Amino acid sequence: MNSQDSQNRLPRRRVLQLFAAVAAAEGMALPAALAKEAKPAVTGYGQDPKMAKTYEKGEAWPLTFTEKEKKTTIALADVIFPKDDLGPAASEVRVADFIDEWVSAPYARQQGDRALIIPGLKKLDEECRKHFQKNFADLAEGQKKAACDEMAKGDHFFHVFTSISAGAYYSDPKCWKALGYAGNLPIGGPFPGPPEEVLKQAGLEQTVKAVGS
Amino acid sequence: MPTIPVSKAQSEYDVIIVGSGAGGGQMAYTLTLAGIKCLMLEAGRSYDVANETPMFQTGKDAPLGGASTPDKNFGFFDATIDGGWQVPDEPYTQASDKEEEQFMWWRARMMGGRTNHWGRISLRNGPYDFKPYSRDGLGFDWPISYDDLEPYYTKVEQLIGVYGSNEGMENTPDSPKGVLQPPPKGRVGDLMIQKHGKKIGVPVIPIHRAVLTKPQDGKDLAPKLHPDNPKAQEIVEKSMSSRAACFWATDCGRGCSIRANYQSTTVHLPPALATGNLDIIPNAHVREVIVGKDGKAKGVLFIDKTTGKEERVKGKAVVLAASSGETVRILLNSASGDGIANSSGLVGKYIMDTVGSDMLGQIPALENLPAHNDDGAGGCHFYSPWWLYKEQKAGKLDFARGYHVEISGTRSMPKGNSPVPTHFLKGLYGTKLKEAARRYYGSFVHVACRGEMIPNEGSFAELDSEVKDKWGIPVMKWHWKWSDHEKNMAVHAQKTFSDIFESAGGKGLFDPKRDPKKTILKGGQVIHEVGGAIMGADGKKSVCNEWNQTWDIKNLLLCDASPFASNSDKNPTETIMALAWRAADRLIEEARKGNL
Repeated sequence: MNSQDSQNRLPRRRVLQLFAAVAAAEGMALPAALAKEAKPAVTGYGQDPKMAKTYEKGEAWPLTFTEKEKKTTIALADVIFPKDDLGPAASEVRVADFIDEWVSAPYARQQGDRALIIPGLKKLDEECRKHFQKNFADLAEGQKKAACDEMAKGDHFFHVFTSISAGAYYSDPKCWKALGYAGNLPIGGPFPGPPEEVLKQAGLEQTVKAVGS
Repeated sequence: MPTIPVSKAQSEYDVIIVGSGAGGGQMAYTLTLAGIKCLMLEAGRSYDVANETPMFQTGKDAPLGGASTPDKNFGFFDATIDGGWQVPDEPYTQASDKEEEQFMWWRARMMGGRTNHWGRISLRNGPYDFKPYSRDGLGFDWPISYDDLEPYYTKVEQLIGVYGSNEGMENTPDSPKGVLQPPPKGRVGDLMIQKHGKKIGVPVIPIHRAVLTKPQDGKDLAPKLHPDNPKAQEIVEKSMSSRAACFWATDCGRGCSIRANYQSTTVHLPPALATGNLDIIPNAHVREVIVGKDGKAKGVLFIDKTTGKEERVKGKAVVLAASSGETVRILLNSASGDGIANSSGLVGKYIMDTVGSDMLGQIPALENLPAHNDDGAGGCHFYSPWWLYKEQKAGKLDFARGYHVEISGTRSMPKGNSPVPTHFLKGLYGTKLKEAARRYYGSFVHVACRGEMIPNEGSFAELDSEVKDKWGIPVMKWHWKWSDHEKNMAVHAQKTFSDIFESAGGKGLFDPKRDPKKTILKGGQVIHEVGGAIMGADGKKSVCNEWNQTWDIKNLLLCDASPFASNSDKNPTETIMALAWRAADRLIEEARKGNL
């Protein structure tokens, strides 16, 4: 009964995607009615998404950044999260793709962020052209920092962009170490608890001593 | 999980069980091991814990880094399938437009129900908790005492595996020696709150949770649980030895493919299925209990969601374990909408949730700690049991019942959201931003009040006279009211939390201008919906007797939390299981006498 169930559950959008892919491969134009239906209103992943797998960006719903938006996002995220002793650059862990997925999501919270991010990116480039005659991504490092210094004084777009970027950046295991997260590793035997140096620094003592019952 | 289509159902079963969660799972386990033929109906789909659980998946693997969405209310990796605050095709309604008078109803349409994602907190009710009316004149006494249920708490703890310690505290029962699994060591956040809570008189001790901290000793436990039943011993021993101990990674809310924690799908259902006495039909949305002319339950009428057709199954007894709200819905929709087991008029009345009020605090002493693995047992290690019984008795508090405090650290895996509240990062970028994230990460502790709600006349559920679900079944309409006891408790909890954080040199992160009375979570939000068919000693004032049997229909048992006559601060799940096991034992006894 499981296999039949999961077939029934195959999302319609995915079926249409497959259909469109086949049609494209065979060089056929999609019938007009179907072409219209091939762009259904984007829905979320539903209440029964497959959890034990890795999703590619754009798999849950289509990405929507224009090339220009993507370019500005990559450049800005790399100033906010540069490569340094505390981890890789944002672009090395594809923060821009995460942000693209985020602002392309059909949910209210993400749509709210989209309403801020898309115009914000546009305005950033406009300001940069006004002051430096170039889009943000084409500025010299010093100019990019000057622009960020200005926005860091309280620009709402910059704050929200930074927040989403932080969610994106630290979700990647490559960035865990510099943050101080050291879990997601199986340990045999009893839970060891915090190391002695941690307890010492925090001024604490372990109170659960005996491991027997 | 092996299931059958309705076409393969037997013509009659001994017992039909509606629901596969804590109550239904326990009934199926106890009855089938005693040789009773059961059919379980689950409204959701089947679920394969071994292959579907996202063990070790990270934010990099999931859409939006795993952040919560309206589709997955507790994040992408939460074990809940086809469930949440809203379930498509199955609406519910509110009697009031006012938010504070509304009930948030969580449902999980999947094998094992809410046991797949729950917090695994397994606390026994104490002696006071069964006799609240006798103590303070509010609410209702249960028709049983702690001593009646104690042997079943012990059995449940032995079966599911519960870690914790015995501290001998008031109305916070110890378990018999050797029953509990060893508690895991405290994490920095736990130890910090423990140390500084003590200074202001708030005791913090290891919590009890259904997670194996060492392998279960089936050879020792199975004969204790099932004396004189060699077949049951063999099955249970095998099931126990196939469970692994916790390996201190991947939080319990995802479910557990190594079966280190309790979920019905890993602990109750596998041994029940191994007896050969259990059939399970998934996607079975129950509409009514069928009652014969003799006034006895004869079976169940349900919609097979795979075909949309109405189906009937027969049983000599019927157990509803569908959750308080669903059990009420089924009772009220039975007899073609006239309702059954309702001569008291109390079906749907006195629904309770837990008083929730939370605070996040920031503690400078936890800043910039060396990186270390803080995942632990995938949920709480420590908590504060209610500590002000004497002050309450002396009339020093403006609320009548207690709350406990659940403690969680924030040194957890970042999943889609900033690992640090973003105002701590405001105005920063570059290396300075990363340094701030590093500094503050793990310096936050979350504390949550989980307190007793007293049943009241304003909190109940009834059938909506107009709205129906996809299959034409009238849906639940909710009414909600918090009394001053609950609101004042939330205010007290907020004050306690601020005091604890200040005692630790930190502070609570909340808007100081907000009204503390409004910090109480909404009805249903803690997902501890209990009551609605309360048990009592008098059939005129209650729906069930002490054996979970409805007074009106003796072969109809309610084995979820609907018979709870009160909702102590202790999380309901272990009590659901203990009551169900006790009710099942009684049913087995009756069956042996030929009374089924």
